[in-house]
Formats: sequence, structure tokens, C-alpha cells
Amino acid sequence: MNKINFLTANKNNLYVYLYTGILLFFISIIDVSLGSFFNINLTSFLPGSISFMLPLFLGFIGLHLIRIEYSGIKPLDTLNKNINTNSFNAFLSLIIIFVIIKSLPPLLSWFVLDANIAGDSKDACTGSGACWTYIKIWFNRFMYGMYPNDEQWRINLSFISLGFLGTVGFFVTEKLKKYLTLYYVVVYPIIALFFIYFFISGGPIFFDFSYGIIALVVSIIIGFFIPSKFKMYYFIIIPITIYILLKYVFFYEELIELGKLETVEWVETGAWGGLSLTFIVSFFCLIFCFPIGLFLSLGRRSDLYIIKYISIGFIEFWRGVPLITVLFMSSVMFPMFLPEDMFIDKLVRVIIAISLFEAAYVAEVIRGGLQALPRGQYDAAKSLGMGYWKMHIFVILPQALKLVIPGIANTFLALVKDTPLIFVVGLLEIVGMLNLAKTNPKWLGFAMEGYVFASIVFFIICYAMSKYSYNLEQKYKTER
Amino acid sequence: MNFNYKKLLPQTLTILVVILVFGFFTYNAQVNMENRGITFGYGFLSQESSFDVQFSLIEYDGSHSYFRAYLVGLLNTILVSVIGIIIATIIGVIVGIARLSKNYLIERTAAVYVEFFRNIPLLLQIFFWYFAALRALPLPQKAEPMFGVFFLTIKGFFVPAFIWNNLDVFIYSILAAIISIIFVKIYANKKQEAEGKQTPVLYISIGLLLILPLLSFFIGGASFYVEVPALKQLAKTSFTYEGGVKLPPELIALALALSLYTATFIAECVRAGVQGVGKGQKEAAASIGLTPNQVLKLVVMPQALRIIIPPTTNQYLNLTKNSSLAAAIAYPDLVLVFAGTALMQTGRAIEIVSITMLTYLSLSISISILMNWYNKKIAIKEK
Repeated sequence: MNKINFLTANKNNLYVYLYTGILLFFISIIDVSLGSFFNINLTSFLPGSISFMLPLFLGFIGLHLIRIEYSGIKPLDTLNKNINTNSFNAFLSLIIIFVIIKSLPPLLSWFVLDANIAGDSKDACTGSGACWTYIKIWFNRFMYGMYPNDEQWRINLSFISLGFLGTVGFFVTEKLKKYLTLYYVVVYPIIALFFIYFFISGGPIFFDFSYGIIALVVSIIIGFFIPSKFKMYYFIIIPITIYILLKYVFFYEELIELGKLETVEWVETGAWGGLSLTFIVSFFCLIFCFPIGLFLSLGRRSDLYIIKYISIGFIEFWRGVPLITVLFMSSVMFPMFLPEDMFIDKLVRVIIAISLFEAAYVAEVIRGGLQALPRGQYDAAKSLGMGYWKMHIFVILPQALKLVIPGIANTFLALVKDTPLIFVVGLLEIVGMLNLAKTNPKWLGFAMEGYVFASIVFFIICYAMSKYSYNLEQKYKTER
Repeated sequence: MNFNYKKLLPQTLTILVVILVFGFFTYNAQVNMENRGITFGYGFLSQESSFDVQFSLIEYDGSHSYFRAYLVGLLNTILVSVIGIIIATIIGVIVGIARLSKNYLIERTAAVYVEFFRNIPLLLQIFFWYFAALRALPLPQKAEPMFGVFFLTIKGFFVPAFIWNNLDVFIYSILAAIISIIFVKIYANKKQEAEGKQTPVLYISIGLLLILPLLSFFIGGASFYVEVPALKQLAKTSFTYEGGVKLPPELIALALALSLYTATFIAECVRAGVQGVGKGQKEAAASIGLTPNQVLKLVVMPQALRIIIPPTTNQYLNLTKNSSLAAAIAYPDLVLVFAGTALMQTGRAIEIVSITMLTYLSLSISISILMNWYNKKIAIKEK
């Protein structure tokens, strides 16, 4: 049987088909647009359902008529290739175009045209659209939580200074570049910690362990300058010595009291909140979970069986449970495991819990990179006489980490998206603040505006992060 | 044998640290529990729970035990996960294929959907559906019926229920149909290997699936009628629907948010899987004379599935774990019923949190063992 060429253009009647098709297509679009924007129904004389379906029908015929292969007209060919390859595609394209046209006016009217932003109370919102007044009034709370208004400059100043310190890597000279890793892994987190401690908090949020942390960090720094032969023993002796020195010789607690700025008022962590808390939590979890994950992944691939199986057990445990139960654990179960007089701040507990949780995911991502490296790299490094740490620091990790940048970025993205879960322990970051504002008797009934606002904020942050990680991936893509 | 001290030292130290930390925790836990007058043990599971749960699949009220409350929570978690997995798979596969479409508009629409829903925290999406979108639904008395029998109201989604007579006969007939389909498939494979002839397995399967259950109606005595929900007045201004099945709004919001969120990840898995099948494979298959359908069925799909299934299972697991966010909108799942209400009543933090974690842990470990087995089975055997 011959192929049926129903209404298909040929060379002789090309333009007749072209003009009829384009005309029908435009009529259909104009009909829908008029109906959608100005509420005018051109075909109201027809029965309801036919009048509703007519544009689709007209547009479909129009697209069929202009579906001319190799017409030699460039825009037409592009159009055909992209939205009009066959009847099914043409149908779907039409539906998508019509849905976009139909949904534009209600969206526009809700977001902009009928929305209110003036005034400072609920009564100002008279239109049928969104009440952005609500966001405007509560904006401060959504950003800073219950942090006292007069003290908010402290958060701003800390974030701005930390932001500047974070970009140091772009400005240093070639000569200093080798110290950058040290700076970002050790120095920068400590600076950040001090900012949070002395400036944003201005009071006791840390606890007995802070000696331990300082002892560990100082010993890592000293460790860099110790010959590798004795390293293992130094790492056992130094932290303990420093711990004892800090606690009993220098009276660390009094030092901390001395170092406190007199003018800075203490704001307890319960009052922190809003987007700034989202940033603080994600920032610290990000800093802590990376090294923990790195060591776990190395542990999992180690040939020391005990370390290997402890790492496997640790990773699989955290990967197997939902974050919400981990937070439950940190809030109700963990205090049972501590001595009665030992108090760890809620925020610190949450940061530890999320860091351990995400570290397991980071570890698996890094393991993927380590596994992807060919054995020859290990053998070559060993044949040069490198030990375990030297081999990993100078040969294996730089290559493996480069491979897993997108994976790690995805994990960090998941971390940022997981921060709202801290509402479980009663910390209110931006989503938590929204739920609080929603139940305020003066501002009932604006849940939609709040969630849309928070969605936009999170979308901007997460989308920027994912695009940045994509760029990094492209940049570090090395030919193999 | 040369004993390796260099290897022994770090291992001994690690064990020491682990034992010290655990010892420290256990000691403190003992002291704390003694002070509060609690003894460690799982005996409380058989005690009367004396709290109610709004929505449960099995019969439950306050006179039942804590263990039964645990089961109620677990079943609710499984229910929302299964619903979410089914919807997420459907949306994910459609969007994943749409992402590969040559049609610019379709591809862009799918991409916008993926980028948008993937980059917003799941918790925010659950809140949005529950507190903003579903609250805009009409009251029961003002609800417009969809297709005459479904009622979507602010109090939940009311759907008709099937009331069965002799349900077991019907189920047996379906089981029999599935078993016979498996036999047909085995027979068809053997026949193809022996004679090279193909049997229309698909048509035979559809026929079997239709005929056997129909037989159960006419011969086996199975029958059902549909119970349509009807409006009922509770008080002057309070209405509800009676009859049929009620899906609470929490369940709808949670299932919707979970499936829309997870579908974006499944879509990416599907896209990666289909793209991962080399162009040469399709061309080679076409060049030996397979029809386009056969190319898809015999060459592309088996290879694409090998790439798609492992990460997709991972997403199913994530969905199940994420269903614990139910606690935020008071859908009575495992975390809310057991780690929330039961914990508040008994104060047994260690026991309850550990049971909850172990439940999720065993769920994910069993699935990952299954996955490893499957991966090994389908891995390309290279020589």
C-alpha cells in the first residue's frame, strides 16, 4: 500500500500550506491568549466544550501543515526540528504552550498585580494576591530568628568578615598557594569558631570538650613539623600534654573569661534562628564532616582489619538511619550518655549529629574516587619510597578528590537541604520561623506567602551551589 | 613469622579508644538511669499504651500494647513509602524520558521541574502541601465530586471502597494467573532456544490475567460492590463523609511531597541509564535486522536497566527514610507514634530510639544486601 500523503506540502503548493499553517497556529495562540489575559472568548458562539477544544484542534492542523522537511527556510526548519517532529510531539508542544499561557495571568496577578507590600499590618492586605507585607514585617525574624534587634550587626559583621576571609584563596600569590589547604582546613575553621564564640554568642556555648578540640588542633599543627618517623607517638603524647597544660597549668577557663569582650552581650543559642542559623549550621557541619568523612573512607580501605571494620560499621550505621532519628537521638538519648554535670549546648549537639551523619555519606563518595584510581598510582608512590601518609597526601588524595568534586558538592547540597530538620530539637531556622510566624494570631492565613518566600530563598542557594559544582566539575575534568 | 608492630599499634589504640568511649557512655547511662529510677529493659513493650492514633491500618486503641503501637507506626511508614514509591516511579520514568526528548519544549519543561523540585528542601515541600495547598481545599459539604465518586476535601480524600465477597477466590485466581504466566514464559524461552520461534508471551499473559479472575467471578462466586462515600452531618456546621475509604490530608501531603521530590532523582537515574547505552549498540542491533521494538526490548532496556536499577533502589531507600519527616505534620508514622508519643509517655529514651533506629537500619541493610546480590547477578561477565 502506498504511503498516504494526506495534506502534505510539495514543491508546487509550498507557500499555500505554509501561510495556512502559520495562520491557523497563530489564530489558536491568539485565541488562547485573549481568553487567558483579557477573558474574551472569541468562539463563545460555539458550544462550551467545542469552544474549549478548538484552539488545540486549529493549532494541531496548523502545525501539521507547516511540518515540511527541508523547506529551506531556516526559522521554519528550526521550529520543526525542535517542537514539531511528529504529530505526537506537536500535540504535546501545543499543550505545553497553552498551559504556560493559561497559567501566566493567575501567577502574575498573585505574585505582582494583585499583591500588597505597603503598610505594616494585616489590614493592609486587601487584594486577592499575595500579602508581601507579611514577609516585609517578618523579614528580620526570618533572617535572624529571635536574635535581639540591636545586636544583629554582630551576625552581619561576622558573616561579612568570614566571607572575605573565605575568598583569600583567590588573592594569594603563587608562592603562598601551598599553604592554602592548611589555611582552609585548620586556620579558617578556628577563626570562624572564634567569631561565633566571642561575637555571635558572646557567652558559654562550648563546654569541657573545647580544651580537647584546641589540644587536637594545636597538635595537628605541630605534627606538620615533626619527622614522620616519630609522628605516631607524638600524636598520642602531644594532645594529652596540651590538654593537661591547658586545664591545670594555664587555667583555660579563666583565659577564656579574660578574652571575652566586655561590651558584647551574651545571646544564648535558643534565640538564634532564621536564615543565619541555617548558614551557621551548614557551615560548621560542612567543615567538620569533610575531614571525618575523609578519615572514614581511608579507614574503610585500610588493610588494618580492626580499623576497616569499625569504619564500615560506622558508615553503614549512619547511612542506614534517617536524619530525624539521629536528631532525636542527639536530643533525648545522648544526654543520658553524659555525666550529669556535663552540659552540651543544643546547637553543638545538633552540629555534631549532622556532621557525623553527613560524614558517612562523604566517606562513601570519597571511597568511590579512591576506588577509581588505578593501582599503578599506589605502586608508583610506594616504589618512590613514600609511606602511607605521604603517599595519600601527595599522590592519591589530590587525584581522588578531584574525581569526586561533584559527588561531594551533592552531599553538601543535601546537607543544606537537611538543615530545616533541626526543628526536631527546637531550633528554629528559616522554615521553623515560618511555622512560628504562621501561628501568630495577628498574622493568620499567610502560610502560602511564607513557604513561597522560603522556597525561593532555598532555591537560589541550592541552585547556585549545584551550578557552581557543575562548573568545578567541568574545570577539573582531566583527560584520562 | 615477622610480627608487625607497626600494624598492631594503631589497631590496639583504636580498640582502646572505642572501648573507653563506650565504657564512658554505658557507665553514665547506668548512673543516670539509677538516678531517675528507671531500669533498662524492653518489658514495657507489652504494657498498655493508653494513647490513640488517628490513622491506623490495623485495629488499635489505647488498650493495646506499646508493641502494637510500634506495629501501627511501622505499617503507616510502609504504607506512605509504598504509595510514594509507586507515584515517584511513574513520574520519574515519564520525566526522565521527557528529559531525553528531542522536543525542546518538553525537554525544558522536564528540566525546570527537576531543577525546581530538587533544590527545595523536602521538609519545606511537605509543609507547603500540608499547610498551604491542601488547606485551600473546600469543606466537605462544598466539595465537588470528581468523576462522581471521589471527594477531595480539607478533611481528606474520600474514595469509594470495594466490599468483597469471597475475596480469597479472586486472589487465588490472580496468583494462579501469575504462576501460569511464569510457566508460559519459561516454555517460550525454551521453544525459542530450541526452534528459534517466538511465542506471543505478552498477549497470552494479558489473556490469562483477564480470563482467570473473570472465571473467579462466574464460577468461584467472587463478587464485589462499590461503596460510594456519602455526605453525613455530624453537628450543625460539621460535615464528613461516611462509607468508602478516607485518606487523611497528612498522608496525601506526605505522599505527594515525597513522590514529587524523589521523582526528580529517579528521572535523573533514568536519563543517565538510557544515555548510558551506547549508540553503537542500537545501530548494531538494527543492522542485524531487529525491529525497533525488538531493539528496545532485547538490547536497550536490559542494558539501561542495569544502570538504572541500583541508584533507583537507593532512591527508594531514601524515600523510605525521608518518610520519617511525617513527624513534622503529625502523620502517625513510626517516628511520630513510637519515638514521639510512646517515648514521651514512658521516658525510655535509650530503648525506644534504639528500636526505631534498628528498624530503619535493618530495612536499609536488607535492601542493600538484596541490591548487592542483584548487582552481582546482572553484572556483565567479562572474560
